[in-house]
Amino acid sequence: MPKRSWLSAFALLIVSGAAFAADSERTGLGSEPTAEELGAAGYTVFPDGKGLPAGSGTVSEGKAVYQQSCAACHGRNAEGDEAAALVGGRDSLTSERPRKTVESYWPYATTLWDYIRRSMPYESPGLLTDSEIYAVVAHLLHLGGVVGEDAVLDEETLSKVEMPNRDGFVPDDRPDTD
Amino acid sequence: MSKQRPSRRAFLGLAGAAAASSLHPAARAQTTGAIRDLGDTPSDYGRPSPFEDSRRWSRAPDATASSSNTPLADLEGIVTPSGLHFERHHTGVPAIDPDTHRLTIHGLVDRPFVFTMDDLVRMSSVSRFHFIECSGNSAREWSPAGAPNVQLSHGLASCSEWTGVLLADLLDEVGVRPEASWIVAEGADAGLMSRSVPLERALDDVMIAYGQNGEAVRPEQGYPLRLLVPGCEGSISVKWLRRIEVAHMPSMARDETSKYTDLLPDGKARQFTLVMDAKSVITRPSGEQKLDRPGFCEIRGLAWSGRGTISRVEVSTDGGESWTDAEIEGPRHAKAFTRFRSTWRWDGGRHVLMSRATDDTGYVQPTLAALLEARGRSTIYHNNRIKAWEVQESGEVTNAEA
Repeated sequence: MPKRSWLSAFALLIVSGAAFAADSERTGLGSEPTAEELGAAGYTVFPDGKGLPAGSGTVSEGKAVYQQSCAACHGRNAEGDEAAALVGGRDSLTSERPRKTVESYWPYATTLWDYIRRSMPYESPGLLTDSEIYAVVAHLLHLGGVVGEDAVLDEETLSKVEMPNRDGFVPDDRPDTD
Repeated sequence: MSKQRPSRRAFLGLAGAAAASSLHPAARAQTTGAIRDLGDTPSDYGRPSPFEDSRRWSRAPDATASSSNTPLADLEGIVTPSGLHFERHHTGVPAIDPDTHRLTIHGLVDRPFVFTMDDLVRMSSVSRFHFIECSGNSAREWSPAGAPNVQLSHGLASCSEWTGVLLADLLDEVGVRPEASWIVAEGADAGLMSRSVPLERALDDVMIAYGQNGEAVRPEQGYPLRLLVPGCEGSISVKWLRRIEVAHMPSMARDETSKYTDLLPDGKARQFTLVMDAKSVITRPSGEQKLDRPGFCEIRGLAWSGRGTISRVEVSTDGGESWTDAEIEGPRHAKAFTRFRSTWRWDGGRHVLMSRATDDTGYVQPTLAALLEARGRSTIYHNNRIKAWEVQESGEVTNAEA
């Protein structure tokens, strides 16, 4: 056997041995999902817009959705009722009675989209279409003076919205007592 | 059955006669008196004695309720019975069939994977004692008025022996890509509860738990599967876990931005304040209990820290003027309830009882004043103040500052 091919055979042994070692550390349990199964498993929306699905909605479309599905609990103008106020409260965060609303406190518009998609309306989460969610987010951000009356929100524009309290959060620096 | 009874009674009678000479006369009368009824036959699932009445407390026991508190004053040792573990959920407790439940792990991984419950149970397992505490526990204690009893003041904390798979092992299976820095966990409840966990912590001691105190995790605690992030605020231990996405950033979910953040006096809010700092509370004697007469009365309670083990608990019976070390019962599990005890003789006078925990990082449980000084008056979560109970001359125990 020529020396060179012996060496390559040895190298092959090392490689396959390493592959075997890696395989044996894994349990082999579980299964790799098909693309379809993975798509059905769900998704996460991130502040940079990653994960947002296609769709779009305007402020006026959102007003109709809001009155139909949200106003009964959050109030006609999102001022709060049985459920939390969604607008108002800017400049209240340093006061004795801070009012933490989407407008005054939430740092990302994507969070509002994500939360509505997951959990709203409270009694029937999952009711709204993706475009209806873009629309109702547009309406709420317009009520809060964050976007203009002609705003159209979609998977490209939503993550570019600058929320008033975008820089209002700091990392955990506890312990903070002696 | 009726044929067996006489012989059984005869046997018991003999045994009783042999032991009777050393018994108290009343006990002797009991063993030789009226014919006694047999007790209950074995049952398929045991329940507490009908004379016991420990139960969780809920603010509004109706459709709007979303939490219930553990009756800490009723409990001994460090384990919370599963049926008394506190509850906190945002859209109710789902009913999930474990045969159809799946955990999907995907995102920034080499191989997305789906695991059945059978897959997970076959994997290498760990069993560990850990507390879970809602970061809103003791929220009423920001005000001196406080809560009248320990179930209300501290009952959003419980401790179980959890069994499951280390998340680090599962992440090894799927292969985490180098650009990943967070994981995002999602539940299968109606509201698809979701929280982000730093990858570094996820690779540390985070578990995917299917067992609680020797049996399957209870539905209220995430059946059939929950994330368990030891030492951290309870809401991050996502229940009914169905999906983990390995990611390049946190999702900034509602429950890590709008909620569970801590507004400071300058208008900035601390975010991802995950760790529950060291805390302790006296559970006996505690609010709404009554000492029937002066004399010996062991003071006992619970201490825990999200940063490690409890190294010291001090007890005061004079409102913090003087402190003595309590006895700590071992083993001291990290990030778990730890039981402390201190002997005391109640002299019948008025006494203010307090406990103060120190963990193995050297952190000392603060006073309410120290917390308010550091954080102002707008924070809601993470209240680990020293708690005081007042024993009145009548023997009644009340919230000391009420």
